[in-house]
This record gives sequence, structure tokens and C-alpha cells, in this order.
Amino acid sequence: MNKTAKIIMSTTLMASMAFSAFGCSTAETTATETTADVAETTEAAAETTEASETAADLLEGKTVMTYAEYAAAPVDSEVTVETYIQAKQGWWENEGVGNASFYTQDENGAYFLYNMPCTEDEYAKLTVGTKIKVNGFKSEWSGEVEITDAKFVIEEGNYVATATDVTDKLASDELISYQNLFVSFTDMTVEASNDAGAAFLYSYDGSGSQGDDLYFKVSVNGQTYTFTVESYLTGADTEVYKAVEGLKVGDKVDMEGFLYWYEGVNPHITKVTVK
Amino acid sequence: MKKLLSRFLSLSLAAACLTSLFTGCHGTKDTNEFVMPDGLDASEKYEIVFWAKNDTNITQTQIYNQAIADFEALYPNIKVNIRLYTDYNKIYNDVITNISTGTTPNVCITYPDHIATYKTGDNVVVPLDNLINDKDYGLGGKEVKFDSPSKSEVIPEFLNECILDGQIYCLPYMRSTEACYVNKEYVEALGYEVPDILTWDFVWEVSEKALAKNPDGTYVLNGKDVMIPFIYKSTDNMCITMLKQQDAGYSDDDGNILIFNDTTKEDLKVIAEHTGTGAFSTFKISGYPGNFFNAGECIFAVDSTAGATWMGTNAPLSDIHENQIVDFTTEVRPVPQFNVDEPKMISQGPSICVFNKPDSGEVLASWLFAQYLITNDVQIAYSCTEGYVPVTSKAQDSIEYQEYLSRSGEDNSQYYSVKIDAAKLLLDNTSNTFVTPVFNGSTSLRNAAMQLIESTAKSTRRKQVVDDAFFEQLYEDTKSLYRLDQIAAADKDSRKTLGPLPTGSVVLLSAIGGAWIVIIAYFAVRFATKKRAD
Repeated sequence: MNKTAKIIMSTTLMASMAFSAFGCSTAETTATETTADVAETTEAAAETTEASETAADLLEGKTVMTYAEYAAAPVDSEVTVETYIQAKQGWWENEGVGNASFYTQDENGAYFLYNMPCTEDEYAKLTVGTKIKVNGFKSEWSGEVEITDAKFVIEEGNYVATATDVTDKLASDELISYQNLFVSFTDMTVEASNDAGAAFLYSYDGSGSQGDDLYFKVSVNGQTYTFTVESYLTGADTEVYKAVEGLKVGDKVDMEGFLYWYEGVNPHITKVTVK
Repeated sequence: MKKLLSRFLSLSLAAACLTSLFTGCHGTKDTNEFVMPDGLDASEKYEIVFWAKNDTNITQTQIYNQAIADFEALYPNIKVNIRLYTDYNKIYNDVITNISTGTTPNVCITYPDHIATYKTGDNVVVPLDNLINDKDYGLGGKEVKFDSPSKSEVIPEFLNECILDGQIYCLPYMRSTEACYVNKEYVEALGYEVPDILTWDFVWEVSEKALAKNPDGTYVLNGKDVMIPFIYKSTDNMCITMLKQQDAGYSDDDGNILIFNDTTKEDLKVIAEHTGTGAFSTFKISGYPGNFFNAGECIFAVDSTAGATWMGTNAPLSDIHENQIVDFTTEVRPVPQFNVDEPKMISQGPSICVFNKPDSGEVLASWLFAQYLITNDVQIAYSCTEGYVPVTSKAQDSIEYQEYLSRSGEDNSQYYSVKIDAAKLLLDNTSNTFVTPVFNGSTSLRNAAMQLIESTAKSTRRKQVVDDAFFEQLYEDTKSLYRLDQIAAADKDSRKTLGPLPTGSVVLLSAIGGAWIVIIAYFAVRFATKKRAD
């Protein structure tokens, strides 16, 4: 092949390769979309930062309520409190907006923050003890009193609650006044969760599998209660999850957790100690 | 406690949805289009993964396990590994995650809306038309080792819901609709009779009347502190159904977003009015309708027929303490209507899709298992766990199923009357059901429909001003949050012709064409020269 032919062939080959590259829709699309994704993410991050700044601005003039004022406020009213993170459920994204639910508490009472918008970075900063100022709406869902549609800013300060023992109050009407608090239960006995004698169930009726919420029954003073290991708070790889999976009917246990409410008391247990 | 989990999961769908919305071609790049193999190689071992969803109902779990055992007995070379979910959204999230790594399950229970997103990947989901029609291994095929229904025995309305872009991408598994569960005694105490078909006006009127209070602040109707006369579980369905009943826009087959119209606004104004008085609330704001209903704190509870076992005084399942449950008669009615002569209700329920794999034999094995799930044994057993209906006439018309229906009320478990009434509601109204158009992004639109009602109700409860300006802002915020303008644009882009080529491409293609012409001319000249020399 002479020089002219080589030039022609190589030109054709290069052109064909170029054409192939252009024609490789998957590669091209992927690259474009990746760039778009990054752009979108950056945009979302910028929006979130903007949102956080807005939240800070919005919270600037808000009068902070005492726990007593919060407790007395009617459902659906706007509330602003200062409180401290005690635990958090897993962060997730909804339509590009990060969310997480937080168990929070100050020296006087507890506040459950349901699906509070926060970025993943903010979520990482909201460690146990972190002080936040929160503005939102007091809501009630199936008996659980909580703050929804919340905005927050992180403030200086730290407080980690010690568990309040409410074992003796389990059967009393007074128990609801401890709603959402970090609490403990002592000397309770593990009871069978079903007719087959299981010490715990994956999902409330045993229809689930590992990774789902755990339900187990414990008794004290002749009364039996159903407690939960909430998988979004303490998942399958946590000590408490494994501890409950290891329970046997008849075990004596001490427990800690948060006094969540769903059509009655429904503690979210975070620690189990078999005696 | 059964339903609590879903509250924490209830919004998680959108997480994966947005990630995937515009990510076409994110599929398993090495998987070719499925081609039907010559047959199922009995000497080959296949292990298939099945992601199933149950309603946190252990009987449903047991039915899945029994189905797998029975199927494996028929096909000893196929092993089915089940992974159980209690939430469709989590399945959706996990499928999306696994598409990118090529580790999707073989078979999964899902919604057509979700499949619309799955199939944006190349050859991710197997179109079922050829499999269904295959004379050997298709529905009713002669090589199938079980009593498979024929294609004509699949209820046409349900099969049509599985058609996306002209191809069948799934098999219906179970179908349900929404029902309005009515406390008969409360309606009568207020001076009314429960009509066969409720109208929205009737429900609003009775609900308002139920708000009368005693001097001590309790409600006259129930003597309690709590009374929410009308609670709707799925406000996305509420919005969609209201619009459909009024022939108003929601979306169209081309993926155009039509929901932000004047009819929607008028409906939202009515919802705001009745939320403001306390006559109406939603699941997301207050809790499960069934809990209020069973406690005598609600008159009209709208929830899925697939949740019928949680509704009523004698409901076999309950999240509230037995001493909170009051004694009353539950009437099961279609959701409220604007035109009683042309009732319209949504069709919903899970479907079964088959994912593509490099080994066509594995896909065929998956298809056979998917097909097994619509046999009478599975269909009848599963539908009897809730107010579902079987998806085949073969099952619906069977002696076994007809006997089940006829024994309504014999007990409060298998033959629980409310559950069977709910199933009959759909059986009697299959031709009155509708579905919304499915496209990549239709899930976000559905979420937006929900958001419009929830935001209106919440703002009303919080004493914010809900006027025309509010709705204008709500429309804009909702479009932005769910990126609905982008969905419309993206969907249109994917459908329209590509238009004129960019200049660079024209130049490149011209160069290629020109180069080939020169090559051909060069060899032609050489050939002619050589020929002449010869």
C-alpha cells in the first residue's frame, strides 16, 4: 500500500473510531449523566447550605420555650426549643432533601424530632450531646408527640442524659409524662413472644427477617409489655440487636431506651443486659 | 405495632427515585437482550433470587414459602431463595442499587411505576410478551409442569396495567382498590342512611355534622375527646381519584404533567375548608385511619381493601388495645364519588417482574417461577389473607374461591366479613377501576399529588393563610421539589426525534463518507489500471 492509501486508510480508521466513540451512547450518556449528577449534587449542596443559612436566619428571632411551655403548647402550634441530641435514626434522602429523626432531651424533658431536614454532613455533626435550637410544629401522631417540619441550628453546649428508671411506672397513667425520655427498666423477665416460645420476633408477628425491627416481650409485677429494637435506630450490626437475638425466655434483663409512643407505650430499646 | 415501620419508611421511596430519575442506560451493560432458549435444561442447576413483599403478615410469608417448596418439588433443578420485605419502597431502593452492580434479583414483587424506572437501563427487565406467548413455556404452555393459567385467563384490566411502551413487563400478582369503611351506627345517629355509593358531598356533610360538641368539650357522637370524622390513608390516591372522577388533568400517556390545574385547586380548597373545621385529616398527620375507626373516633376511613383485616370491631388484626375498640357495624363502600352513575376507583396492587441475566436458562427458570405465582394455589391462598382479589379468572371462578366468598362472616379470621366485602367491592367494580400513566418520573408525580393535599391540610391546621397566593406558591414549590418540570422535559426529549445533527457530527460523518469514497475510488482506479495493464 503506498503512502496515499495509508493516509486514506488511517484517516478512515480514525474517523471510524471517532464515530464509534460518538456512537457509543452508553459511554457518552454515562459520562454526561455523571457530570450532571455532580452538578446536581453541588447545586443541592449549595441549596442545602442556603437552606441552613435560612434556617439560622429564621431561628434568630425565635423565643425559646421552656419544656413546660412546650408541653403546654397545643398541637399544630409553632414551637422553638433548645435541646440536646441523645440518639438518631438513620439519615436518608427524600427528593434530594436529607432527613433524620432524633431523640433529644434537655434537663427538663424530651422532644422527638421527626424527619428533620439535615444534610449528611450536618447529620454527622449531630452527635450525642450536641446542643441545637429547633423551630417547628408540635404534632401528634398516634399518640406520639413530636416536632415536625423542623429547622435547626447547632449551638454551643453539651448534655448527655442519664437514664431515668421507669420500671415502676410502666403500668401507671403517669408513664406518658416520660414520653420520649431516655429511660431504663430493671429486673424484667423475658416472656415468650409467640405460641412457639420464641424469645423475640422479626417484625411484630414474626413475618420479617434479620434486619427488620425486633419485638420481644418482657414482664414485671405480673404485667407483660412489648418492647422494640427499632432497626433504623439500632440495626442488625449493633450490640443491642444481637443481644435481643440471643435472648432466651426466662432471662432476667435490665434495659435502656427511649420511651417512644405508638397507640400506647412502645419503648425503642438501645441496650439490653442479661443478668 | 405492625404498621409503625412503614411510617419511618413511608417517604423513602423518593430517595432512590431521584437518584434514578434521569439515569437512563445505568443498566447491566454486559447483558444482551433475552433470547428464548430451546428449552429448560433439566441437568442444569439454577439458583434464583426472589424479592417478595408481605403486608407484615406471617400467613403471607408462609404462603410464599409453601409456593417455593411446591415449585422446587416440580423443578428439582431450580432453587428459589426468598428475601422478604415489608415495604415496596425498600424493594425499589434495593433494586435501583443493584441494577448498577448487575446484582438484581431474578424475580421481584413490584409496582409498574417502579418498573418504568428499572427499564430505563438496557435489558434490565425482561419483556414478557414472548415468554407469555411461548407455546411450550408460556402461560398454559405444554411443557409447564403445573396448571398454569392461559393468557386469556389473566383479567385483561390487570394485565393491561403491566404494559409499558407497548410491551408487557410484568405479571399482575394481586389486585386491590381503596374502600371507604363506614361506621353505620354513627351515620344513622346523625340522621342519615349509608348509601350504596357515597358522594363527596355526603361525606363532607355528615362529617361536619359529627363535630357537634357537648358543653364539656367532648363530642356528642362518641362522648370522647377525639373525633376525626373522615380520614384518608393515601392522599396521593385521594388527589388522583378526585381528578379522575372529574375528568381533570393529572398526567397523560406522553408523560405530560397536568396536575397543576384549577380543578386541583378547587379540590384543595374544599379539603382545606374541612380540615379547618376538624372534619378531615390524613394518615400522615394523625395516624392510621383504622386505629381511629376501630376506637369509634372516625366515621369514614378510606384505606386499601388490602388492609381490610385491620378495619372494624371484629378485625382480626389491630394496633390498638382491645379495650379501646368499640362495637359497631362496618359497611364497605367504594371511595366517595362525584358522579354516582360512573363510579371510578383506583386499581392498585403488586406485580411480578423478571430481571434479565446473561444465562437465558436462568431467565427461563425465573419466568417459570413467576408464572407459578399466578397459579390457583398461590392466588387463592394469598388473596384470602387480605381484601385482595386473584388476578386470573381461573382463580376467581374456581369452586374453591367462590366457596370462600360465600362463607363471609362465618368467623372473624379466614372468613372475616369486612375482608370479604372488600374483595367483593373490587370484583364487582373491576370495570370501574383505573390506573395512572406510567413513565419514568410518574412516581415523583404521585408523591407530588400527595404533597399538595398534605401541605394544604397541614397549613390549614397551623392557621396559616390558605388562599390563591398560597396555592400558587404550593404549586411552584411542589414542581420544584419533585422536579416535575424536568421530568416533563426529559420525558419529551426521550420521545421526540433527535432533530438535526450537530455541525461537528455532520462534518465527521461527511469526512467518513468522503474517506470511503476516496478509498473506493483509489481501489477502482488501481483495479482499472491493473486491468488495462493486463
